[in-house]
Amino acid sequence: MHLSDFQLFVLITIIKIAVVLVITLTAVAYTVLLERKVIGRIQNRWGPSRVGPFGLLQPLADGIKLFLKEDLMPMSVERPLFVAAPVIALACALVSVAVVPFGATFKIQGVDIFQVSNVNIGLLVILGITSIGVYGIALSGWSSNNKYSLMGSLRASSQVISYELALGLSLVGVVLRAGSLNLRDIVNSQMGHGFLSWNFFGGLQFVGFFIYIMAAYAETNRAPFDLPEAESELVAGYHTEYSSMKFAMFFMAEYANMLTVSCVATLLFFGGASSPFEGWLPAFGPAWLQAILPIFWFVAKVFAFLFLYIWVRATLPRFRYDQLMSFGWKFLLPLAMANILATSLIMALRS
Amino acid sequence: MHLALFFIFGGLAVLFALNLLLQRHPINSALSLVVVMMSLAVLYWSLGAEFLAAAQIIVYSGAVMVLFVFVIMLLNAGEEEHTRGSKVAAIAGLPGAAAIFCVLSFVFLSEGHKLGLSHLGGSLDEATSNISQISSLLFTDLLLPFEVTSILILVAILGAVVLAKKER
Repeated sequence: MHLSDFQLFVLITIIKIAVVLVITLTAVAYTVLLERKVIGRIQNRWGPSRVGPFGLLQPLADGIKLFLKEDLMPMSVERPLFVAAPVIALACALVSVAVVPFGATFKIQGVDIFQVSNVNIGLLVILGITSIGVYGIALSGWSSNNKYSLMGSLRASSQVISYELALGLSLVGVVLRAGSLNLRDIVNSQMGHGFLSWNFFGGLQFVGFFIYIMAAYAETNRAPFDLPEAESELVAGYHTEYSSMKFAMFFMAEYANMLTVSCVATLLFFGGASSPFEGWLPAFGPAWLQAILPIFWFVAKVFAFLFLYIWVRATLPRFRYDQLMSFGWKFLLPLAMANILATSLIMALRS
Repeated sequence: MHLALFFIFGGLAVLFALNLLLQRHPINSALSLVVVMMSLAVLYWSLGAEFLAAAQIIVYSGAVMVLFVFVIMLLNAGEEEHTRGSKVAAIAGLPGAAAIFCVLSFVFLSEGHKLGLSHLGGSLDEATSNISQISSLLFTDLLLPFEVTSILILVAILGAVVLAKKER
């Protein structure tokens, strides 16, 4: 059978989407296990160790448990929105992986196989999809008809709106240096001198990086900014009334967002899929190895960021609400603006 | 392909704009507006204005409408009652809307080439970057309007701060 170019493109794209989706969902499941294991060791206990060797099958057991639980729906919920909210949250969390280039450019039949879609404005697409994801949380709290849920979702959405500004502005320095919003271009702009040409080291964007990482922790509602699900005040926050798979979808959305944040941090500040020694060491090995190695580096960097997430959660206590707001508006936002000014000044002086 | 996208999302925009008017609950109306904004963004994108599409999503669906939903949730607004509406609206509503539609379509159809035409899937390739085009335009030909707009926004922010400040 002979396929036309367009049919081939569609076929390869569908395969890419399926593979990336499966890998993302597996990564989400194993991030949960990693979190439980690492926090366990930090708190001087074992963490899950019964299911499978070293507890490696625990995500599977958790999935079966959540899947088989009774799906309760309280009487007075706003039915369509109550059902739609977790779907919105999970869909938005998963879609943004589509623009992430997770390997070097490697074409089969003219289609880049290590990125689902190469968009001119990849960075804005990620920011846009994240900002749509707020609706999932906001609607879940409101439609539950429960005061704890409502408080949780109000906190979550106000926090996300506030920190979105600092998050967006912290990335401007990187965009200025790359001169493009295309994620592939941004990665390519950090090539040439190994890890010294990464934006974090050579680009002097470490201020932008720390603003980004703090704002991103707040965006994903993770510790130390996890006020929306502060269990000592709000039961479980916005997903108090959810059970079974609907709860699991919120849970997966949270970890998928963590994954996206780690991917973006890797791409923008740590050279994406390029190795820390590229430009210094000559390329070695057969072609397939050269295609696979960048993916290894990408996964290693993303893993490091996920580990940092968990480490921070196990270390820092939760913020108070007024501290959270004044930190975002009075510290991170002006700092991000100063970073933009300094970066553009230095770039203007150098040119 | 682009034509199919245009029909799907154009239809979606019209459908949800009607839904926005017909819904009784404010939150459903607000969510319909979000869908309208997002379909408009897809239309912009299919015309080759990808930056405008992203800005539409981030600014309108992501920030402005979230605030709308937020306020509706905070006020806990209930279902609205349908009233008879004002007499002026009943008499002038449909003819007025039809007149505006006619004027706009006449202007766009007859003077389209002067306003600048864009084709479906026009400049959607990796070579042309919207952002560099927009920024060079903003900082050369349209510099004065751009700066005046930013001052206007600054004044609006100051006004909001004055309003929100507590009396001492």
